[in-house]
Amino acid sequence: MDIRKITILGGYGRSGARELVDQVDLKMGDLLSVVGPTGSGKTALINDIGLFANEDTPSKRRILINDTSPSEDFLDDPAKNPIALITQHTGFLSDMRVSNFLDIHARVRKSANPDSVVSDVLDFANQLTGEPIIVDGAMTELSGGQSRALLIADAVIIGNSPIILLDEIENAGINLTRALELLHNYEKIFIFVTHDPRITLSSDYRIVMKGGAMQDAITTSPEEKRIGEKVTHMDRAIISLRNQISSGERMLEKDFRAVMESNWLA
Amino acid sequence: MKLIMCAGPPTSGKTTVLRQVMRRLLKKGRRLAYLKIDVQFADEDELFRSEFGIPARKVYSGELCPDHASVLVLGDAVKWAQKENADLVVETAGLCLRCAPYITGSLGIVVLEATSGMNLPRKIGAMLSLADIAVVTKIDLVSQAEREVFRANVTDAAPLEVVEVDALRGIGIDRLVRRIERAEDIGMPLMLKGSPPVSVCTICAGKRDIGSEHHFGVLRTLDSDLFYRGE
Repeated sequence: MDIRKITILGGYGRSGARELVDQVDLKMGDLLSVVGPTGSGKTALINDIGLFANEDTPSKRRILINDTSPSEDFLDDPAKNPIALITQHTGFLSDMRVSNFLDIHARVRKSANPDSVVSDVLDFANQLTGEPIIVDGAMTELSGGQSRALLIADAVIIGNSPIILLDEIENAGINLTRALELLHNYEKIFIFVTHDPRITLSSDYRIVMKGGAMQDAITTSPEEKRIGEKVTHMDRAIISLRNQISSGERMLEKDFRAVMESNWLA
Repeated sequence: MKLIMCAGPPTSGKTTVLRQVMRRLLKKGRRLAYLKIDVQFADEDELFRSEFGIPARKVYSGELCPDHASVLVLGDAVKWAQKENADLVVETAGLCLRCAPYITGSLGIVVLEATSGMNLPRKIGAMLSLADIAVVTKIDLVSQAEREVFRANVTDAAPLEVVEVDALRGIGIDRLVRRIERAEDIGMPLMLKGSPPVSVCTICAGKRDIGSEHHFGVLRTLDSDLFYRGE
């Protein structure tokens, strides 16, 4: 199916009042962030999208694909599902080897290149992790960061879905800057639930959640995009410090000044 | 009348699923009666009676296997529900995984949790393969990828309709309700769908007729204690 557009029709917040934002339209290539304090309903919003809510979830929202209610085929056959949802789960319960899991998922999603899919997913995922994922390792033994990296790679390569929902990928202990670079190579609709200013300010729009309801929809201004680039530099400085400490080095004030000058004030 | 038979491993979420389903069916004006068959403890009959005000009963199988107890008491239970002018919803424990409680003409629902491990569908035999629908619960606890692989393991073990739900929040329940509304009415005689494993009692030896009057050995009715019929 050719996905051109996805629409969120507003429902009700936890208080029972109608959401202030009553419609959000996203077209192919759009980046949307969902922001708001913990408990404000961000995850519930993307779960509504992932489940093609049709006034049958607590929020009573509706999701339209290309202006119509999605067919139930999307729920019955994962190969037809246009959405890949990367939840906050940082562990697997499947008692299987990584290669076996990916093979089955590629079959279920009718992946285009079944022979190379396992190595393609691992190549992608291992750019985001510290220690690489081993193809014959057990799913249950992956770390939190490895699990999230594998789920992101799985969604992009095996899911091959035009719409990708990502729930707080900044919490995953993965290389976020690299993840964003890789994701931006794909022409898809991305929806990020996030507390991270880099992600928010590089998005086209953001929805602000409060009390379970969509409170506001804000278009990112050119000024905000410029700030976003500066924030990315700040983040590089932090990552550089983190890597130094992780690799067992001792911090010196002159190193710190060098890192700050080369990144922070750039 | 419709006969809805819900089985599944302990803690898989049978009661939570049925509660959501029954609330919606009752709101649409259907009359329901509820029977719980369990081994030694159950309080769901009180829950359904007080929450929905519907006729609800429980049977402890005790010394009997719960699927055997179901064969013996369901004949009476169907008459009871008919007298109440209601569809009958049966929830059973189904513990030994050698047989399955489903009856011809009933709608068999097996409830499995998404968190239960990838091999579960291959381990539970007839409880899955003789069901009409597999309901996968607790989908909020696993990733989408893992949910899809679990679903493939279910349909590889038995080519069933699968409905994925988050029963606590009522997500996915409407689809199950629509399926139940399409279920056919039961007809007589009532027969077990599958043969239990060969053994010495009349049920295990393959006599599939429903109702204690068709059997010999250690028996019970819906209302009686265990008694013995035979030589």
